[in-house]
Amino acid sequence: MVDFSLWDILRNLLLAARWTVALSLIAFVGGGVVGLFLLVARTARWPGAGPLVAGYVQLFQGTPLLMQLFLAYFGLALFGVDTSAWTAAAVALTLYTSAFLVEIWRGCVAAIPKGQWEAAQSLALNFREQLRYIVLPQATRIAIAPTVGFLVQVVKGTALASVIGFVELTKAGTMITNATFQPFLVYSFVALLYFALCFPVSLAARRLERKLHALR
Amino acid sequence: MLIELDFPAVLAQWPILAKGVAWTLGLTAVSTAIGLVIGTLCAWARSGKPIWLQWLVGAYVELVRNTPFIVQLFFVFFGLPAMGVKLTPELASVIAMVINLGAYSAEIIRAGIEATPKGQFEAAASLALSKVQTFVHVVLPPALKKVWPALTSQIIIVMLGSAVCGQISTEELSFAANLIQSRNFRAFEAFIIATGIYLVLSIGVRGLLNWAGPRYLFGGRRG
Repeated sequence: MVDFSLWDILRNLLLAARWTVALSLIAFVGGGVVGLFLLVARTARWPGAGPLVAGYVQLFQGTPLLMQLFLAYFGLALFGVDTSAWTAAAVALTLYTSAFLVEIWRGCVAAIPKGQWEAAQSLALNFREQLRYIVLPQATRIAIAPTVGFLVQVVKGTALASVIGFVELTKAGTMITNATFQPFLVYSFVALLYFALCFPVSLAARRLERKLHALR
Repeated sequence: MLIELDFPAVLAQWPILAKGVAWTLGLTAVSTAIGLVIGTLCAWARSGKPIWLQWLVGAYVELVRNTPFIVQLFFVFFGLPAMGVKLTPELASVIAMVINLGAYSAEIIRAGIEATPKGQFEAAASLALSKVQTFVHVVLPPALKKVWPALTSQIIIVMLGSAVCGQISTEELSFAANLIQSRNFRAFEAFIIATGIYLVLSIGVRGLLNWAGPRYLFGGRRG
């Protein structure tokens, strides 16, 4: 058996944490793009978009992320896509993130008084311009704090990708435990690293909320 | 390429699925009951108790809310035995879920408690109620009522999170799906059916809690 020093354990976990960060960023950016598209579809009242997006949100918020990961992993393979743990995790987390973000943002757009839409309309702005110049800038301001807060959920969600064999922080922790037989120590480190990633984001979200609320 | 789906092969194993559903609901019910008590105690401790207690509870809440559930579960199941505490998978699952729900519900319930008007405390004091009586009879019921929708959502999140408990071989629903797919290699179908069941469960549990909460938990007193 290879001897692992404390530093070896921590170093390997830190190296694996890169992939947690990378997967979080992919999910957050991808989810943001898909979420924005769904938001526009809903706000523009495309035929059928309302119930479809509501169903989409219910589907992803009402089922475990773990099942979504499994479905992506085995489902993409059924369709002849050569699935790596990478693609499956990226796809599942992107869809999951988009479902939450569209719901958060929908609330923010709904918080803009109707008079703002009407005022924009009376200036002869078309729908795209109303959204672009009047509603979205105001909604963005309300949306920043909860959106940053949700990033914590995304980072924590990536831990489940370990189950389909994606080697990120949690999976690395399991592998190192199997090599060192020191589960208490290793999982303490894993938890602390997640805390180090998430806590600053939580704090930032809370601070933003206070700041933006005070200004309103 | 033609995809053939064979759902009957999975549905034929329904006793395993039924057992999984029973475990999922059982785990959720037990950890909800204990978790809400812990959450209430923590919320109480965080509102105007000694500063060291506020710090202790604050550290617990932040630590749990900023680490993934699966890591908490692994910590309890794999980490604690190294300290001499041996746990069955089921017990470890319940402990992890209770710890998780306790932290989240503490914050939610605290928000409800902080919304209590000051006059309520003064009225309770003028009736010569003790601090504990005031909390249990005057503060808590309306606070719970106010935040019940948020608590319901959190309970459902914990129920869906319990899918991870299959990873330490607790025989809940996701474990059942895994077992079935390892028997007949119908992985996609097994997970679709399990996902569908989870969806039904979360809609059903939400309905049940929305209905039962106001009726049996805090509405009887017209709080």
